Amino acid sequence: MTVLAHSPSMTVADRLKDGFSCAFIGLLLGIPMLGLTTVDEGGALRVMTRWPSLALFVGIVFVGRIVLQMIKQSFARRRASRPAKPRGAVEGSSRIQSIIGWGGLGLAAAMPIVFSDNRYVVDTATTVLIYVMLGWGLNVVVGLAGLLDLGYVAFYAVGAYTYALLSTQFGWGFWEALPVAGGVAASFGVILGWPTLRLRGDYLAIVTLGFGEIIRLILVNWTDFSGGPNGISSIPRPGLFGFTFSPPGSGTSIVEALGIDYAPTQRIVFLYYVILALALLTNLFVRSMRKLPTGRAWEAVREDEIACKAMGINVTNVKLAAFAIGAMLGGFAGVFFAARQGFISPESFTFSESAIILAIVVLGGMGSQMGVVLASLVLVLLPELGRDFAEYRMLLFGTAMVLIMVWRPGGILSHRAPTLVYVAPGEQA
Amino acid sequence: MTAQQSLLSVQNLTMRFGGLTAIDDLSLEVPKDSITAIIGPNGAGKTTFFNCLTGFYKPTVGQVVLNHPDRGAIRLADLPSHHVARKAQVVRTFQNIRLFANMTVLENLVVAQHNALQKASAFSIAGLLRLPSYRKAADEAVERAVSWLKRLKLMEFINHPAGALPYGTQRRVEIARALCVDPILLCLDEPAAGLNPKESAELNDLLTYLCREEKVGILLIEHDMSVVMKVSDHICVLNYGRKIAEGTPAQIRVDPHVVKAYLGEDDMEDDIKQGGVAR
Repeated sequence: MTVLAHSPSMTVADRLKDGFSCAFIGLLLGIPMLGLTTVDEGGALRVMTRWPSLALFVGIVFVGRIVLQMIKQSFARRRASRPAKPRGAVEGSSRIQSIIGWGGLGLAAAMPIVFSDNRYVVDTATTVLIYVMLGWGLNVVVGLAGLLDLGYVAFYAVGAYTYALLSTQFGWGFWEALPVAGGVAASFGVILGWPTLRLRGDYLAIVTLGFGEIIRLILVNWTDFSGGPNGISSIPRPGLFGFTFSPPGSGTSIVEALGIDYAPTQRIVFLYYVILALALLTNLFVRSMRKLPTGRAWEAVREDEIACKAMGINVTNVKLAAFAIGAMLGGFAGVFFAARQGFISPESFTFSESAIILAIVVLGGMGSQMGVVLASLVLVLLPELGRDFAEYRMLLFGTAMVLIMVWRPGGILSHRAPTLVYVAPGEQA
Repeated sequence: MTAQQSLLSVQNLTMRFGGLTAIDDLSLEVPKDSITAIIGPNGAGKTTFFNCLTGFYKPTVGQVVLNHPDRGAIRLADLPSHHVARKAQVVRTFQNIRLFANMTVLENLVVAQHNALQKASAFSIAGLLRLPSYRKAADEAVERAVSWLKRLKLMEFINHPAGALPYGTQRRVEIARALCVDPILLCLDEPAAGLNPKESAELNDLLTYLCREEKVGILLIEHDMSVVMKVSDHICVLNYGRKIAEGTPAQIRVDPHVVKAYLGEDDMEDDIKQGGVAR
C-alpha cells in the first residue's frame, strides 16, 4: 500500500500527503465508528451524530501519522549510521539466552512456593505452561518442518478426550493414560499427515484447518461417544504414586500419609509442577531431536524439499515423523488439560485455540524454544492483565501483536542456533 | 561402445508435456570414469533430461539404466526420486542453487548423509539415548564432510549459513553436499552459471580432479564453452529434445549441425527465439 510506504528522505509535501491519506482512511473508518451513535430515547433507538469527536479523531490521526513517520525516520537514520554488528554478538546472544533460560527455570520452580497462597497466580502460571508446551509441540511441525498447521488443537482435543474417556469409562489413572493418549494423538497426526503430504503452504493450512474443525464437530455431534456439547465431567485429577490430593478421610490422601495439614492449594501447586515437568521434558526432547538426523531433516525439508529428495531423503517419512511427534506432544498437553479442568467440552477446542498456539510459535520466532516461552507469557498474561480494561482488552491484545510484528518481523527471537558447530582439533578450549 | 563400458545407458527416452515433446527419442551412452557434457540451446530439453534421470519426472516412453558396479543394472525411471540418490547413488545439483540456506555449510553436508545417520540413530532411539554407536557414526559424518570441504577448499566457510555465501562458493558447497551422498554418477546442472572466469577455471580443475582421482562419473549440463570444451571427454548436443550430434570436443566444434543449432543458418535472432519457446 502506498500509504504505508516510507522512504528515508521524505519532503514536507510527501509527509503532508502521507498524513492526509492516513487521515482519509481514519475518516472513512471513523464515520460509522465515531461519527454515528445510537441513543435510547424512550425505548426507541435514534441515530445521533458526533461530528466534533470525529473531527478530533481525524486530526489526531493526521498529526500522529506525521509524528510517527518522523520518529521512524530518525530511528532508521540512527540505525544506518551504526556499524553492523560483529559476528561475536550473535554468539553472545545465545549465551545470554541460556542464562535467561536457566534463570527463568529457577523462577518457574520457585514461583508456587512464593505464591503458594495465591491460587490465581498459580492457576495462570499453569495456563501459561500449557501454552508453552503446546507451542513447543507445534514448533516441531511449523517451526522446524515448516508445515503450516492450523488445526493443531485437534491433537490437543484427541489427547484430552482419550484421557477423559479412559478414566471415566475404564478407570485409568493419569500416568497410565498419558502415554496411551500420546500414542493415539500421534496416530491421528499420521492420519492427517498422509493425505496432506503433497500439499504445501496455503493448501496445507486449509486442510489442517478443516481437520481441526472435523474433530470438533465429531465431538459435538457424536453424543453417545463424547457426551456431545455437554462434554465429559468429573475427570479424575492426577495423583502421585497412588496417593491423591483430596481432603483427608478418603484413605488415599497424601496429606494423611505424610501427616501434614490439608490445604486446597496443594493440588493446584502439584498440578503446576506436573505441567512444568511435562513442559521441560518436551523441551528436552525437541532440543535433542533437533540435533539428530530426523530433526536436521525436518529443517532441511523446511528449507528445500526438492533438494532433500535429491539427497536421497524420504520426504514422506520426515514429514510424517514431524506430524506424529508434534501431535503426540499436543496429546500430552491435552491429557494434562483434561486432568486439570476435571471437565472438558468441545468448547475448549475451537479454532481460536489453534490460532493462539500458532501465534505463540510465530510471535516467538519460528523454531525458537525460548521465543515460545516469551510469546506464551505475552499472549496469556496480556489478556489477564487487560481484564482491568474490560472491553478494550482485545484491542490491547491486537495492538501488542501488531507492535511485535512491526518491530520484530521474524518473531521475538528469530536467531537460529546451528545444530552442529565444527571446532578444529587445535582450537579446542 | 559396448554396454559393458557404459555407466549409464539412456534408451529411447521421450518426455511429453501435453502436446509438447521436450525430449524426443533420446538414446545415449555415458561411459565410465569420464566427464560427459550435455549441451544445447535454451529449451533443448537438457534439464528435463536430468529430471527424468533423477526421478523428478516419469518419462513418457523409454528407460534409463544405470550399471551399478555393486548392484548391477538399475532402472532409474522406475525409482522414486529419493531412491535414485539412495540406492543408485546418482546425485544431482540444480541450475538455481538449492542449498538449505538457513543451515550452516556443515549442516548441509551432514543432512546429505541422512540415510546412513538415520540408520545409525535407529530412528532417533539410539540418538536420544546417545549410544556410542550413534556418536561414532555422527563423528564420522562430520569427518567425511570436513574431508570434502578440505578437498574443495571450503573449510573457512564450514560454520557459515549457506545462504549468506557468495554465489560461486554456494555452487561449490552444493557440489560438496552432493559428494557427501557418495555418488557414482554426479549430475551437475550448469555448475559454471554465474561464475567469473577465475572461478570457472577452478571448476575445471575440480571436475577433472573428481573424475580422475575420486572416480566419480560426471554428467554435465553447461553453457560455458570454456568449461565444456576443456574438461569433457564426450559431448552430446541436444536441440528441440533430439540428439543432433555426439562426439569428442574436437568433433563437436566443427559439426555442421551444432553450428547451425547455435548460430542459425540465416537469422540468429530467429533461432534463439524458437529455441526459447520449445521447452
